[in-house]
Amino acid sequence: MAETHSLQDMRQQAAIAAKVFIQRDYTNGTVCQFQTKFPSELETRIDKQQFEETVRTLNNLYAEAEKLGGSSYLEGCLACLTAYTIFLCMETHYEKVLKKIAKFIQEQNDKIYAPRGLLLTDPIERGLRVVEVTIFEDRSLGR
Amino acid sequence: MKHCEYQQIDPQALSTPTPTLPPQHAVVEEEKGETARRKWEVFPGKNRFYCDGRIIVAQQSGVLPLTLGLILVTTVLFFVFDCPFLLKHLTVFIPAIGGVLFVFVVISLLQTSFTDPGILPRATPDEAADIEKQIDNSGSSTYRPPPRTKEVMINQQVVKLKYCFTCKMFRPPRTSHCSLCDNCVERFDHHCPWVGNCVGKRNYRFFYTFIVSLSFLTVFIFGCVATHLALRAQGGRGLMFALQESPASAVELVICFFSVWSILGLSGFHTYLVASNLTTNEDIKGSWSGKSGAEDTGNPYSYNNIITNCCSVLCGPMPPSLIDRRGFMPVEESSQTVATEIELAAKNEINVCTQGTKDLLESASRSPCPQTGKPQTVSTSCPDSIDPADPAVTFNPAVTPDPVAVPSLKCGGRHHSHTTSPPDEPRQQHHHHNRHHKTRSTQSSSKRAALHISNPAYNVSLSPPTSPGLGPSHATGAEDHRRDSFAALH
Repeated sequence: MAETHSLQDMRQQAAIAAKVFIQRDYTNGTVCQFQTKFPSELETRIDKQQFEETVRTLNNLYAEAEKLGGSSYLEGCLACLTAYTIFLCMETHYEKVLKKIAKFIQEQNDKIYAPRGLLLTDPIERGLRVVEVTIFEDRSLGR
Repeated sequence: MKHCEYQQIDPQALSTPTPTLPPQHAVVEEEKGETARRKWEVFPGKNRFYCDGRIIVAQQSGVLPLTLGLILVTTVLFFVFDCPFLLKHLTVFIPAIGGVLFVFVVISLLQTSFTDPGILPRATPDEAADIEKQIDNSGSSTYRPPPRTKEVMINQQVVKLKYCFTCKMFRPPRTSHCSLCDNCVERFDHHCPWVGNCVGKRNYRFFYTFIVSLSFLTVFIFGCVATHLALRAQGGRGLMFALQESPASAVELVICFFSVWSILGLSGFHTYLVASNLTTNEDIKGSWSGKSGAEDTGNPYSYNNIITNCCSVLCGPMPPSLIDRRGFMPVEESSQTVATEIELAAKNEINVCTQGTKDLLESASRSPCPQTGKPQTVSTSCPDSIDPADPAVTFNPAVTPDPVAVPSLKCGGRHHSHTTSPPDEPRQQHHHHNRHHKTRSTQSSSKRAALHISNPAYNVSLSPPTSPGLGPSHATGAEDHRRDSFAALH
């Protein structure tokens, strides 16, 4: 992919300057939400609104994955009736949304974060604990 | 190259790099990534994996074989000795219903035992460092050590999050560290020796299905066998005659009679937990019932509606496994970066180093990559961190060697003595658990005493560690000794 090659090239020129971790926000319980507070280390790199927008969209996607509604209950009941064997063959709603999230993050990285020397790590890679933002050194880019 | 330097820093900065890592790289290099190791092979917790990572069980299977054996024996005896008679004299539905229940019981038991209960992967070294920095910054450290707790507001209620020294992170709410499995488990209910696994967020519904269907099966078999004997004893021939004709029924009767009370009790207890959206852990510790002395108690996670609680616990969306068991380990060494990167790029992996982030972009396009128990994480469980069984109530900054860094999977089983210890507050529900075990297996009384089911409180440590060098003084202290010596061998 062209985008990753460019990131690779950039990375070969740049080194990791820092990593910022966006922690989970537990004010609504155990649902997966991340804090939208803008970390100070990113102030020079990216627009606050942009960043908050990304995190908010992520939060919405996770809320969609964990939503308790008609379809999830249906899936749960069907699974119960089949002694949960359908989990072996079917992809759950959560997994489908996780794929969407992965695509969203990649898209955000390509369009917004990579050009600014940042990289978002999919939270699922970190056990849904943090959103890891890797800040690359700004040597080759003239910013 | 800069990112190579970064990579080198990482493993070398760690106190005890996993011994398995260098051989892995050698292997990978030699065989061009064909035998790249999967993440389950270096998983830091005390779990065992089968079928190349598809099946996960706890370190010791506990009494799972006994559970399975009892169920199988009773059901087989039922089908062989009672069903023909009942089929002839009553109805064909009896074996049919029995069969369906049996299938449900066995499937849900196996799923409970072999499913990842919701293990939280350990924090990567960067995360751990970041958290440590935050703690140091915010800790007062004037009159006492910085508290390893964090308070958050959940639904307008203050909840304390504890720091897990093994996993190097603040535990999310409702998460608890199981010292038997040496993992933090989300929505930790209890560690069940009967199923040989922890019961947590992901397998609670299987566990509940198991005990409910087992109650039905037990009651059903009991009823059918009683009917069978009653029918045989008709006509004034007497019970003894009936028993002589069908001795297997006596065995079934005994097993079912003793199990039915405990299983029914357990089902009832868990139905109450489901309806109030509590976990066994919280119920026993009295987190929300005011016994902890907090003023404003009340379960902040409950929806205050029985139906909603039941639905959310049992029929909610199935969360994914956060430990990517079958993903491949990323290669750490810089020399092999180029060669193996290409092979590994096709597989799910994560890496805290830059190399992994590049692969991440590629793999992100394919599928989400759940987290792993990483070797770096493993090796940063430095000797000066506290024993994994964290203090239940107080923070004890005493440092104890933490040998859990060493992955145990390749090295056979470690010995665990699951010893019992009474819970802080003996309760009726806990008594159910006691009875459950007493009546389940009369023959293995010593084993039963050892394999106490469900006081998760002592998995989480009832008392603060007293001897820094040896681990907590509570039940699992013995196993820590052995773990220490075992780690020394590593």
